[in-house]
Amino acid sequence: MKPKNGGRTSTLNPRGLRDWEEGTLRPALERKPERRKEFTTVSSLPIERLYVAEDLKGWNPGEKLGFPGEPPFTRGVHPTMYRGKLWTMRQFAGFGSAEDTNRRFHYLLEHGQTGLSVAFDLPTLMGRDSDDALAEGEVGREGVAIDTLADMEILFRGIPLDRVSTSMTINAPAAVILAMYLAVAEKQGIPLEALEGTVQNDILKEYIAQKEWIYPPTPSLRIISDMVAFCADRVPKWNTISISGYHIREAGSTASQELAFTLADGIGYVQSCLSAGLDIDAFAPRFSFFFNAHNDFFEEIAKLRAARRMWCAIMRDRFHAKSPRSWMLRTHVQTAGCSLTAQQPYNNVVRVTVQALAAVLGGTQSLHTNSLDESLALPTEDSARIALRTQQIIAEESGVANTVDPLAGSYFVEWLTDRLEQEAWSYIKRIDQMGGIVAAIEQGFPQREIAEAAYVYQRQVDGGDKIVVGVNRHSEGDVLKAPTLKIGPGVEETQVARLLATRQRRDSGSHARTLERLTRVAGTKENLMPAILDAVRGYASVGEICDALKAVFGVYREGRVQF
Amino acid sequence: MGTERKVRLLIGKVGLDGHDRGAKIIARALRDAGFEVIYTGLHQTPEMVVATALQEDVDGIGLSLLSGAHNTIFPKILRLLADKSSGDTVVFGGGIIPEEDILALQRAGVRRMFTPGATTQEVVDWVKANVPPRRR
Repeated sequence: MKPKNGGRTSTLNPRGLRDWEEGTLRPALERKPERRKEFTTVSSLPIERLYVAEDLKGWNPGEKLGFPGEPPFTRGVHPTMYRGKLWTMRQFAGFGSAEDTNRRFHYLLEHGQTGLSVAFDLPTLMGRDSDDALAEGEVGREGVAIDTLADMEILFRGIPLDRVSTSMTINAPAAVILAMYLAVAEKQGIPLEALEGTVQNDILKEYIAQKEWIYPPTPSLRIISDMVAFCADRVPKWNTISISGYHIREAGSTASQELAFTLADGIGYVQSCLSAGLDIDAFAPRFSFFFNAHNDFFEEIAKLRAARRMWCAIMRDRFHAKSPRSWMLRTHVQTAGCSLTAQQPYNNVVRVTVQALAAVLGGTQSLHTNSLDESLALPTEDSARIALRTQQIIAEESGVANTVDPLAGSYFVEWLTDRLEQEAWSYIKRIDQMGGIVAAIEQGFPQREIAEAAYVYQRQVDGGDKIVVGVNRHSEGDVLKAPTLKIGPGVEETQVARLLATRQRRDSGSHARTLERLTRVAGTKENLMPAILDAVRGYASVGEICDALKAVFGVYREGRVQF
Repeated sequence: MGTERKVRLLIGKVGLDGHDRGAKIIARALRDAGFEVIYTGLHQTPEMVVATALQEDVDGIGLSLLSGAHNTIFPKILRLLADKSSGDTVVFGGGIIPEEDILALQRAGVRRMFTPGATTQEVVDWVKANVPPRRR
């Protein structure tokens, strides 16, 4: 007698799959059709009912996966992953004055956070002082206001810079802020070689997505290669660029666009540093990455696994880096701010948990979990603690940190990893054909692709094709309100007063000389960092230093925006 | 049969805030719904927005703000419009805006605030119902 499953012993036998489809699946579908005609990821990638061995035909685990800590690093960059050391729990924080943020840093460190991450306010991010006309209403709102070294000294008061690692989300004026951090370390008596941390310093994604630029691309890339060279020499443990897909995704890209444009930016930085004459194995190991963790669980895991495999190929096969450390994609992940809803804000805790779990299963090195109230305002102390606790529960209770890359070998996850990789390679090929990422940006290519994807997604949500719980489904009963953080009205005034006092106090003669020197160096091929450090030590402000450079570099203007 | 003049709208980003995903989506959805839409681009001052609004003779101004500067920027726009005798221009907005601030801004004269999760259809329907062509 034929067994019920038609003699199927394994899905490796294609006859067995057909038998299942005919004998088992078809009658089931006739009795009860599936919920939808088509199932897709949040990025609109079609997903099949079932993945079987045939979907991985020709797939070679030795080549596609390797082992953890070995190329192509699909399974992770460390041999033991979270068994050896948990990911760094790094909550992004910053608001109000340097004093306010310094208090929040001490609070987070006392609650078990293991690294600092600084959010700067918009004027600082744009290289403008707190008394600049365009800064009105924005001082200390979205992050901490930093004008001069005096603010930075307060920001890190009581925090030994040789014992924490600090990530600073700063891009266009990154060289200035890094110089201030180095100057604080000098004052604390800490050698620069001991400092650990990251500056985001990723200007290319600013033109693509976040739009916080100062100078045009060419001088911006020169400032970056100067910093990279300076750090390789003087601050060897510093991560000089955090190549960021996060903002690209927040601007509305799909997962494969995030992957592709981020890696294309990475290629752009490598090319720029090579043209500046730097040795690839001296700078590449200090590049790190920063990805988004959105709602689509498996797509996000696949994206991170594909990213590591692709970067290894790019560095080893395209740029011929010799050191395996140059091939490793180390990354920070933040859960997707854009996925949070203002409606029923407590539901956001669950979204963040799912996203954080994807980041961990994707093998991240550090993680920021968003707070439930971030669709309303900056997080309160309580909501920031819940976000941190979410990571601690995943780390300590869920068991997912017990083994390395637990999803490897899943037909679906490996298929999806390959699929995202293919889509990303085809974008990278198009960008190469355009003449590289800077040319592509100047043509508005990534910007248009992202805006289109954002619009398509919004239409899907509006049409109910994509469900957002509490918004277009299950929206009744929105009664729980989350309390929100208030930024005191006095911040701007106090900050401006401190800036004016600092300007009064400093030595005006040497101040003017350091800024003149900066403008002069900008016009040569000399490394800018020593001149920036000198200006910072003399309490020149972020705005003054950026203006001195603008005099030579000019400013960036966005081309016509299509919508 | 008289042809009714299309309602003209200015969608703007004010200040240093670079989050333009929402502004561009709303601009496109309003254009697709038949409105004439002008988008300011990034990094405008309130003065620039009001000057553009007057020059383009718009009926409504929609501002997207995710920078936390809403309590400064909206009142300033309303004041500048009133100074130019264009206080009948409908001002609305959207972004990361806490509820208490929304109430205060609406009392000050901002007609409607949309928060994350608002659909483009909601915005289109509201504009259709609440932004009439201004008398000239």
